Amino acid sequence: MEVEKRDIRFDLKIIASWIEPGSRVLDLGCGEGTLLHYLREHRQVVGTGIEQHEAEVAACIAKGLTVLQGDLNQEVLDYPDRAFDYVILSQTLQQVYRPRELITSLMRIGSRVIVSFPNFSHWSIRLQVLMRGMAPKNQQLPYDWYNSPNIRVITLKDFRRFVEDLGFKVMEEAPINTQNQDRYGSIVRFLPNLRATYGVFMIGRANETR
Amino acid sequence: MIVEKRFLTFAIHRPLALECGAGLGPVTIAYETLGRLDEGGKNAILVLHALSGDSHMAGRYSEEDPKPGWWDIMIGPGKAIDTNRYFVICSNIIGGCMGSTGPSSTNPATGRPYGLDFPVVTIGDMVKAQKALIDHLGIKRLLAVVGGSLGGMQVLEWCLRYPDMVRSAIPLATTAKHSALAIAFNEVARQAIMADPNWQEGNYYGGARPNLGLAVARMIGHITYLSDEAMRRKFGRRLQDRTDLSFKLDVDFQVESYLRYQGKKFVDRFDANSFLYITKAADYFDIGEQHGGGSLVKAFSKAKAKFLVVSFTSDWLYPTYQSRELVQAMKKNGLDVSFCEIEADWGHDAFLLPNERLSSLIKGFLECAGRGG
Repeated sequence: MEVEKRDIRFDLKIIASWIEPGSRVLDLGCGEGTLLHYLREHRQVVGTGIEQHEAEVAACIAKGLTVLQGDLNQEVLDYPDRAFDYVILSQTLQQVYRPRELITSLMRIGSRVIVSFPNFSHWSIRLQVLMRGMAPKNQQLPYDWYNSPNIRVITLKDFRRFVEDLGFKVMEEAPINTQNQDRYGSIVRFLPNLRATYGVFMIGRANETR
Repeated sequence: MIVEKRFLTFAIHRPLALECGAGLGPVTIAYETLGRLDEGGKNAILVLHALSGDSHMAGRYSEEDPKPGWWDIMIGPGKAIDTNRYFVICSNIIGGCMGSTGPSSTNPATGRPYGLDFPVVTIGDMVKAQKALIDHLGIKRLLAVVGGSLGGMQVLEWCLRYPDMVRSAIPLATTAKHSALAIAFNEVARQAIMADPNWQEGNYYGGARPNLGLAVARMIGHITYLSDEAMRRKFGRRLQDRTDLSFKLDVDFQVESYLRYQGKKFVDRFDANSFLYITKAADYFDIGEQHGGGSLVKAFSKAKAKFLVVSFTSDWLYPTYQSRELVQAMKKNGLDVSFCEIEADWGHDAFLLPNERLSSLIKGFLECAGRGG
């Protein structure tokens, strides 16, 4: 993995490496626009972000990024078919109430959808459940069961099956080992479902080749 | 920053064709400019004023002038609309009373003020007249058009009427069309003017003016510009210069005193007939109808500008859902649009008040538009 710039998260670097220069990108839950800004500078993309929080939206627009304030589940409905080359849902899927509907909707407006999420089948989580018999907590999932925004328990295996069930195809897959906000990390090649803290996937249509 | 009000008169031999079918000529436009037009003519920003505004957007007319222009917090050297970088233009709308041709101007056919002989003008007509000014200034393409409320309507009109002349657009606290609620407030305000015996079917020039009616109209306006929250904070039920209720029909509450003051202040600077004509133009505005045969999405298929749409949480005159309708139509057309709903307690008027967030949004957006990005 070529490290191009040190100030973005490792998982974002992976995502950026999959994006063809000059493409149209929609970043859902774009925060302060770190990825969009990076993609604009390094991949010359035409990017749009969607973000719910006013302060973050304002920070993006002040940087000259195109960002809409709103609920991503609603906002994606307005775009025409294949309005984007890539739609990015980074570390948000585990908080989505209707993942099936959302991913289907994203595949309508984008040619490729890139999704990243924390892997709930990491060995440390399994061990916590096994040994402590309590809902797991760690750096990626620092919440208690009652205040966690992460309402979906996803593993790499589950996600692959989910994509297949929806009739789509995994085009790229990067199980990674990195901490929450970390700029460093590595791709996990051996026993990824057990050893990766995050999964990053790019999905496309079933009848497509890479 | 000293500014000078200038005038452009056109449509002298051939009247300006208005949407109502009538012609208007000659037409005078009062305007002010700040900053310098660069050599390529690429740094021009047109600022569009709201109902009671004028061409005096920023700066002062003289060193002794006590009050700066209406958007002095936003426009000036180093400010969000930076006059060191941009050539900024603002003109008074036609139908107005601050130097541009309106019902109080002299009708060349009679030698007396137009009064109700002035044709009903639309937002489209106002923009058409502004286009003549921009042509006169030798500007082929505006870097940005910016405005709030009725000014925002003109921004939208510019983008659909002259799409090739607008690179970017900032419609603030505005709408694609007036709701029944907005029309209702305007109608009550107009009725207040027309019920004033001094109004005389609009023929009051040279005599007593319908000041009471106009003041009441302005009071109604000020209610719509604030919000429940803003009024609660600003006035609550506090009494004005007294400790107990008067048990008379005088002013008891601060909010009454405030509205009366705003009404009184307004009649000194505004013409009642202009108020009637401008509110009518706002009510008639329906950009989906006028440019898309009833479809807002179709209307925006004409647009080419990059947009920044901003609404305010407590604006109940043009609530956020109306800005979202605009954004949706823009998105469906694949336009480059940013949208932010700013948390503000001050209601519709929030866009005119100091707001760091709004300033930083406008500054960042303009810088990016200026780079052609």
